[in-house]
Amino acid sequence: MAKPADVVTFEHNVAKALEDGQLRRNLRSAMTTMSQRRRTLFADTEAFEQLRTLGQSIRRRALSQLPELLEQLEQRCTANGIQVHWAETTAEANAIVLDILRRHGATRAIKGKSMVSEEMHLNHFLEEQGIEALETDLGEYIIQLDGETPSHIIVPAIHKNKDQIAHLFHEQIPDAPYTEVVEELNAIARQELRGKFQAGEVGISGVNFAVAETGTLCLVENEGNGRMCTTAPPVHIALMGLEKVVEKLQDVPPLLRLLTGSATGQPITTYFNMITSPRRSGELDGPHEVHLVILDNGRSGIYADPERRATLQCIRCGACLNHCPIYTRLGGHAYGHVYPGPIGSILTPQLEGLDEAGVMATASTFCGACEEVCPVKIPFTEILRMLRNEAYAREESEHEVQGHGYRYTTVEALSWKSWALYNTRPALARIGAQVLGKFGQHLPMIGPLKEWTRVRTPPPFAPKTLHELAQQRGLDDDR
Amino acid sequence: MKAYYFGTCVIDACFPHAGLAGIELLQREGVQVIFPQEQSCCGQPAYNSGFPDEARKVARHQIKTFAKDYPIVVPSGSCAGMLKHQYPHLFTGQPEEEEVQRFSSRIYELSEFLIKVLNVRLEDRGEPIKVTWHSSCHALREMAIIPYAKALLRQLERVELVELQNERECCGFGGTFSVKQPAISAAMVNDKVSDIVQTGAARVLSTDCGCLLNIAGAIGYRGLKIPAQHLAEFILERTHG
Amino acid sequence: MMTANARENILSRLRAIPTHGRYTVPKAPVIAGLVLSREERIDRLRQMLEVMHAEVRVVTAREWLGELKELLRTRALNGLLYAPATPLGAALEAAWEEGLPPLVPYVEPVEQCRESLFAIDAGITSARGAIAETGALILWPSVAEPRLMSLTPGLHIAVLEAETIFNTFAEAIDRQGWLEQGMPTNALLISGPSKTADIELTLTFGVHGPKELVVFILQ
Repeated sequence: MAKPADVVTFEHNVAKALEDGQLRRNLRSAMTTMSQRRRTLFADTEAFEQLRTLGQSIRRRALSQLPELLEQLEQRCTANGIQVHWAETTAEANAIVLDILRRHGATRAIKGKSMVSEEMHLNHFLEEQGIEALETDLGEYIIQLDGETPSHIIVPAIHKNKDQIAHLFHEQIPDAPYTEVVEELNAIARQELRGKFQAGEVGISGVNFAVAETGTLCLVENEGNGRMCTTAPPVHIALMGLEKVVEKLQDVPPLLRLLTGSATGQPITTYFNMITSPRRSGELDGPHEVHLVILDNGRSGIYADPERRATLQCIRCGACLNHCPIYTRLGGHAYGHVYPGPIGSILTPQLEGLDEAGVMATASTFCGACEEVCPVKIPFTEILRMLRNEAYAREESEHEVQGHGYRYTTVEALSWKSWALYNTRPALARIGAQVLGKFGQHLPMIGPLKEWTRVRTPPPFAPKTLHELAQQRGLDDDR
Repeated sequence: MKAYYFGTCVIDACFPHAGLAGIELLQREGVQVIFPQEQSCCGQPAYNSGFPDEARKVARHQIKTFAKDYPIVVPSGSCAGMLKHQYPHLFTGQPEEEEVQRFSSRIYELSEFLIKVLNVRLEDRGEPIKVTWHSSCHALREMAIIPYAKALLRQLERVELVELQNERECCGFGGTFSVKQPAISAAMVNDKVSDIVQTGAARVLSTDCGCLLNIAGAIGYRGLKIPAQHLAEFILERTHG
Repeated sequence: MMTANARENILSRLRAIPTHGRYTVPKAPVIAGLVLSREERIDRLRQMLEVMHAEVRVVTAREWLGELKELLRTRALNGLLYAPATPLGAALEAAWEEGLPPLVPYVEPVEQCRESLFAIDAGITSARGAIAETGALILWPSVAEPRLMSLTPGLHIAVLEAETIFNTFAEAIDRQGWLEQGMPTNALLISGPSKTADIELTLTFGVHGPKELVVFILQ
């Protein structure tokens, strides 16, 4: 029986990633550094546990009132002069952005880092329309020069080392010398982008938190490019997934702490921007127009299921990636979709459908390292298990994930039925044990055993099982 | 006191002597160990592979088998985790829900039981030895019993523990993951074995035979002579003299 | 409006789901915030800013202008961007001397002075307050003191009154009445000169925002 397309693609990606020694070394080094920095900042584990319970509570409180808060956000933003747009799909969102750009005759947009814009494939869309979409976050700028997509939510160019970047700058940036000195590479980027900030026609950003109470869009950053994109141009477009709304202004301090601490081990980023309106009367700078695009793209479907809804608690810190033994070995590109790692593995199948990305939910040993560090306590293992159940389920269920049952095969279903029979009929199990005891060492190396023995000696099936040994010692006797 | 022993299917088929070692450690402390013959698997393989109905069938069988109100001691963090923490999820909204809560409240991982309930005291009769430790994921996170396992190890005076560089990193077993995502699993277990080798330890120990099956298999394939042993078996060996 | 349908579809989809009663919100733990003495707050703020490569000078209100001038005399700066319609601006004007970089007022809309804004070496702003716990200044740009002042110059000088240093972010929001007063166009927290670790996670300073931050804390 042919394997589903997503499984085949992933296998290919995995093989490629695992072969790449340089990539594996870069990733290992980066993940170790990121997790150490985080651990140092959150050294007081008891305090951290309390803080993450608070984070979970804040996010769940917001999600429990999602439609009401989105309306309130819209109301406040509109009263402040921000124009609010809604998009059900990424195509609609792209159309909204294009419309704004066209109205202003813009030929270039300067962008701060935004994972939602990656989800929209916005840059590609704009380029097809003859509009340049220039990434200004250093990591995004680097990968854009190389024609790649980000491989990590927070550190987009984490898979690249200095000499790769040095070559890239030297080859792609006019007049850039070859240097591997990090300060000099930064200086090249600073110089190259400064003119673009000055000339910027339209600035595009993401949103880390949108506060319903005040209609405020919050953005974290270290470089200053985010401020450049949201202050220097005459027009600013902010893109957000609808789950990013929070209820109150006072919800922000703990979430900010959790975000910056979990992402990079910092108590705070260099800049924290809280934008509430376009340029007001008498002000000398800032955009004349600020737009907020609220994107659904399948999130309302996730919202429908009260257990899978926890996926939407995510504040996009990337800690789950940094602690995942699978992400550490593959890097982001191998996952083949916009969001990689544990969050990608639960989000993507729910947004794109199991038939498109269900394999991501199988790329986990359920080790729980992600859950342990998630600042808002997303129950990854539980949701991954639900997605696996959905992939094989035959009967219809309330709130099905698209692609429900796509992996069902009669062969596998029958094997599990036999397994259940075997494990509920002690007589069968006794016979099976005897067979394994006698012939276990001579089993044909096919199927699972073939995979197992590629890198391991076969399982050492014992001549007598624990059942037999225990019975011999009279241990079943409950006197 | 009386206690049930849940052997686990991996131990049953491949490491019965590790299972026996756990039983002997309990008996030595005066516990009357009862091993019901009807027991089989905790159900985790099906539960994690997308087949909850089959998992439930097998789970019901275990619940029926361990019917009396005795503690149930389990020589595996992952199986203990399944029985204790996942069974309640598996039976939410099912008629057996309350019965399962009671069943799950009686589950102990072996090291946990030895320290918390039996307050065991060990006397090391072996020669000095350097060992290293792999923290199995469910033992570490779901059951949180690693402190008990390490407390037992610390009682053995001539055992020197050298830590792995990535002690808490998954070994890549993950049950069916090892055969459903074989390439990733292979990379993980080989990294774990390389980590073990760099410690210079004579043995690697763990509370979970699933991990040990995986790690021992890779060690053997690479022609290395570093036994991967269950903690119970190691303790029995050290304290028997 | 083009997105009116999308809005209705999304909101009605969300509203149709029985959320209340089916979505547990765990009780929020009450976490005691950091509480420091005035001296400790100044120390903590200073430490945190210095770790992030800001330069911090704790001076008396009387001495600070002298120190500022000394600082500026040692640097070859083409100008100091300032906000004339503020108490800080007035104080600078009154104190200015020969041999210092020229004071350049920001009084025209950016559209008229973009070139010079992007070319000027230094800018000086007030800070509305600061947060000791995380080492962040609070900037509250306004008509008088615009946003770009703390962004485009390579050197940003911030002037802060020691009494306005709060223990935590939550405390600042509360005590300064951000909710009651209403939020400005762009409130800002600034914790140092711009930086990045995007290349091999190596931290370097001076990217797109100011390369240097000097903070005067006035006692």
